[in-house]
Amino acid sequence: MAEMQFDLVSPERSLASLQAASVQIPGADGDMTVMADHAPTITTLRPGVLRVDAGGSTQEFVVTGGFAEIGAQGVSVLAERAIVRAEMTQDMMDEMFDEAQASYTQTKENSGAVDDAAKTLSDIAAVGAEIGLSTKQPTL
Amino acid sequence: MPSLKDLKNRIESVKSTRKITKAMQMVAAAKLRRAQEAAEMSRPYAERFNAVMAGLASAAAGSDSAPKLLSGTGSDQTHLLVVMTAERGLCGGFNTNIAKIARQKAQDLVAAGKTVKILTVGKKGRDQLKRDFGDHFVGHVDMTEVKNVGYGDAQNVARDVLARFDAGEFDVATLFFSKFQNVVTQIPTAQQIIPFEVPEGYEAGETLYDYEPDEEAILADLLPRGVATAIFSGLLENGASEQGARMSAMDNATRNAGEMIDKLTIEFNRSRQAVITNELIEIISGAEAL
Repeated sequence: MAEMQFDLVSPERSLASLQAASVQIPGADGDMTVMADHAPTITTLRPGVLRVDAGGSTQEFVVTGGFAEIGAQGVSVLAERAIVRAEMTQDMMDEMFDEAQASYTQTKENSGAVDDAAKTLSDIAAVGAEIGLSTKQPTL
Repeated sequence: MPSLKDLKNRIESVKSTRKITKAMQMVAAAKLRRAQEAAEMSRPYAERFNAVMAGLASAAAGSDSAPKLLSGTGSDQTHLLVVMTAERGLCGGFNTNIAKIARQKAQDLVAAGKTVKILTVGKKGRDQLKRDFGDHFVGHVDMTEVKNVGYGDAQNVARDVLARFDAGEFDVATLFFSKFQNVVTQIPTAQQIIPFEVPEGYEAGETLYDYEPDEEAILADLLPRGVATAIFSGLLENGASEQGARMSAMDNATRNAGEMIDKLTIEFNRSRQAVITNELIEIISGAEAL
């Protein structure tokens, strides 16, 4: 199977740079799986789980905020926060959740345009469910 | 002429000063390596981010619906200067150089009849600008507790700046920090962050991308992140520059202390010899008088 270059970088460091067969990206409009020779696309990310198939094994990362650039050379994912799934702890989950909850509450007080913040919040709760870490109940 | 005891005391005191500056230099060297690594690791993100933004921005520029963070508010009456300096001194001209270009810019703007607001990050810049522009201060971010600058710190600053922008408090924001060139050279830099300007060296690529959702939504999502990214790079550059500046300042100080010790030692030996000669003369003339 054809392989492509995959890079995952966060502002603080580069997490992965490898040849991958396919990458499943949690795009803002829904998940998408990218394989070699995908049409050039730029999509924003929602909080979710990124799956990379490389050499027969799957690596998983929890990512929030950022975007993915799919080009002729491969896929680059720029995530504001990216954590290897196995290293994800309950504390980190809680922190992410609290942050999103706080930003939701703030947006609600300020402008009332809460759609985006609400979506982020429920996405994070969904991530928690997906990787088996409990989150508090979002208060919307 | 100082007495032998005075000289001895001074030599001792300069010696202990030299020990301190030497230690500070070593600490700065160790920290510098870490700061440089952090700056290097953040580079891929910033580079790709700017490359994509360059493409998006050139496509959206000129259209009426471009977000305000990109096209500006249509006025440039009120300027926000974000002055990022260190929390500590004893690093040569590092803080002063940043404060100097910030002060210059502020003076120019005031002379041109613009309104200037200053947000300081780091205590030293605040102290230096307080006298001239104390009444222009709108806020201060304290980084004393921050040991290693993380993206979260940059996000906090960015959130503050963006909230002010959304509230219509300013039209143009400029970031002041020091770019790390090498241990002896740091370049104080002013970078406009709002409205977004593509940093030099990035051009729109030729690839035509599909955008998901659409270009505007992506821009609206990425522009605020661009502010955070710019601030984060600035903070990291500053971190490396600060340690570099401190290292060379302390290196100089150590060398100066060494020279001073040599000079004082010579003076000490001279006066000691003078004392001995004096005593000899006294003995000899005493013996001759008998």
